[in-house]
Order: sequence, then C-alpha cells, then structure tokens
Amino acid sequence: MSFAMEPYLALLLLGFLPSEIWRWLGVMVGRGLDEDSEIILWVRAVATALVAAVVARIVLIPPGALATVPLEVRLAALGIGFLAFLLVRRSAFVGVLVGEAVLVGGVLAFGG
Amino acid sequence: MSEQPSASPLRASSSAFLDGLRAALGSVFFYVLLGNYVGIGALSYEFGFDLGWMVLSTLLIWAAPAQVILISTLGTATLIEVAIAVTLSSVRFLPMVAALLPMLKHERTRQRDLVLPMHFTAISVWVEGMRLLPAVATERRAAFYNGLGAGLISSAVIASAVGYYLAAKLPPLAAATLLFLTPMALLMSVSRNSRTLLDGLAFGLGLVVGPVVAAQKIGLDLMWTGLIAGTAAYVVHRLREAMR
Repeated sequence: MSFAMEPYLALLLLGFLPSEIWRWLGVMVGRGLDEDSEIILWVRAVATALVAAVVARIVLIPPGALATVPLEVRLAALGIGFLAFLLVRRSAFVGVLVGEAVLVGGVLAFGG
Repeated sequence: MSEQPSASPLRASSSAFLDGLRAALGSVFFYVLLGNYVGIGALSYEFGFDLGWMVLSTLLIWAAPAQVILISTLGTATLIEVAIAVTLSSVRFLPMVAALLPMLKHERTRQRDLVLPMHFTAISVWVEGMRLLPAVATERRAAFYNGLGAGLISSAVIASAVGYYLAAKLPPLAAATLLFLTPMALLMSVSRNSRTLLDGLAFGLGLVVGPVVAAQKIGLDLMWTGLIAGTAAYVVHRLREAMR
C-alpha cells in the first residue's frame, strides 16, 4: 500500500502529536489542584464517563473482525459477562471469561 | 522500556518501580493488552506497515483507539481527516492526567519527574493507577506508576510483535474475541474501582449517553458524553451531599 505521507513522519505528526497534546494540557489543567477538591471529583467523573463512552462505541460500532459478530451477540456477551462479574465476587477474570464464552458460543450458534 | 526514574533516593524509587512492575503483571489489563495488541499487530501487518513502525507507534502513541485509527485510515483518508480523528480519540487524556497529577505530586516533585507518568497514562495504566495509588506512600507514587506503565507498555509491545507475525494465520472469530477483550475489561475494571456512587453513576450514565450523543453525529461525541454524563453524575453527588 502507498501512503500520502512518509509513514514515520505521519506517525509523529498524525499519531504522537495529536495524542500527547492532551496529556500536556492535562498537566497544565491539573497543576495546583488538590486530590479531593470538588473540581477534581468533577474531572474524574467526566473522565470515567468518557471511558464508558469508549466501551459503548467499541460494542456498538465495532472495529474489523468484531463487526462480523451480530449486535445482539455482542450486547448479550457484555451483559452476561457483567452479570457473572457481579455474581462471582466481582472477579474481572470470571466476567471476561464468561463474556468471551458467550461471544464465541453466540457466533457458533447463530452465525457471524 | 525499563527506564529507571531519576528521583533520589535511587534505591527507594527503584523498589517502588519494581512494585509497580509487579502490580502490572498482576493486573487484568496485562492480559487484556496482550490480547488487544495481538489484534493491533495483525492490523498493522495487513495495512502494510513494517514491524519497527508498529512498535514505535505503541511506544509513542500508547493509545489503542488512536493507533487503530491511524493504522486503518492512513492509506485511504486525507491527512487532515486522520489528524482530527486521532486528536478526538485522545481527548480523554486531558481529564485523566488532570485527575492523576494531584495523586502523584508532593512538595519535592520536579516538573521532569512528571514527564514519564504523563506519557504512560493510557486507560489501562490510569484505571489501575487510580485504584492502587491511594495505598502507596505519596513520595513513592510516581516511581510506582512508572513501573506500572513500563510493565503494561512492554506487554503491549511484545503482543503486537506476536500479532504481526500471526496475522496471516488468525481466523476471524479469534480476532473478534481479541477485539472484544477491551470493552469487557474496561467495564469490569472501572466497576471494581467504583466504590463511590459518583464513579459508578458517571460510568453508567456514560454507557447510555454515549450512543445517544454519537447518534446525533455532531462530532466530538466522546468529549460531549464525558461532559454531559460526568457533570450529571457530579450534580447528583452534590445534591446527595447537600441533603445529608
């Protein structure tokens, strides 16, 4: 495949810079704030909600091979996996394992 | 990536660094990153990048969504489109770093001590850091966080190299399960940390508000979701505090 820009230059200008800039801005915003201040509680809530939005996006608008799995199977796998996590002493390993099993089982049963 | 933090006293900080490294090995994200980055390695092979480029992209970008966007669009989309998509996908780092810094800093922290922790901040390292740092002595936290970051970034680099070589052999269902590891692990890890109503509510609202905002096609949907759902959760938290 040919690229419109030299790949290593693109990595720096279109990959590294646009990601790192937010980390630097975070340093500027975070300077001089106390860990339990109200503003930090709010910023934490915003960041947590952002992570939730990433989860929703990957499940609803999945990349590559995950898009071949039907939406119902993806949602069921996430839901049942989370249920297993809650039931089995909040174990993330059990939750991930059950979710993946539902995903594979769902594809094998209903096709992908 | 096994850079030792430069803070003195050296011995104390390298033992904190090793504790962080051990925490990385025990983290569910260590295994999630292995799976997820096998997928990213396979992707970059299929899109025609060389192995060195892919390893460097993990070390420099250190954000799976941004890397997936860059890898899959660089050959087809216009450069400005790629830049905007990567920029938007990484907005989450701003509130993450801002929320993390007060935990890392103490009176003797120098600006350069924060360069590595800042760069290591990605969802995985941040979630584990926010969970584990409160139990670590304040002056050891930066070194601990660097160990955590170095351990997790190493697992990602190794996995992506494995995926790069496996690319031709990975069947679609196996690739799908690897890609599904990311949302599953994020869901469980954040829930495990949410001891307060505020965090749990922010996450739950984000799950619901995210798709609704994305459907409006106004762009910047991750940022808007964070602001709307995070602020709503915070308001509920304040109202409950006021009623006490």
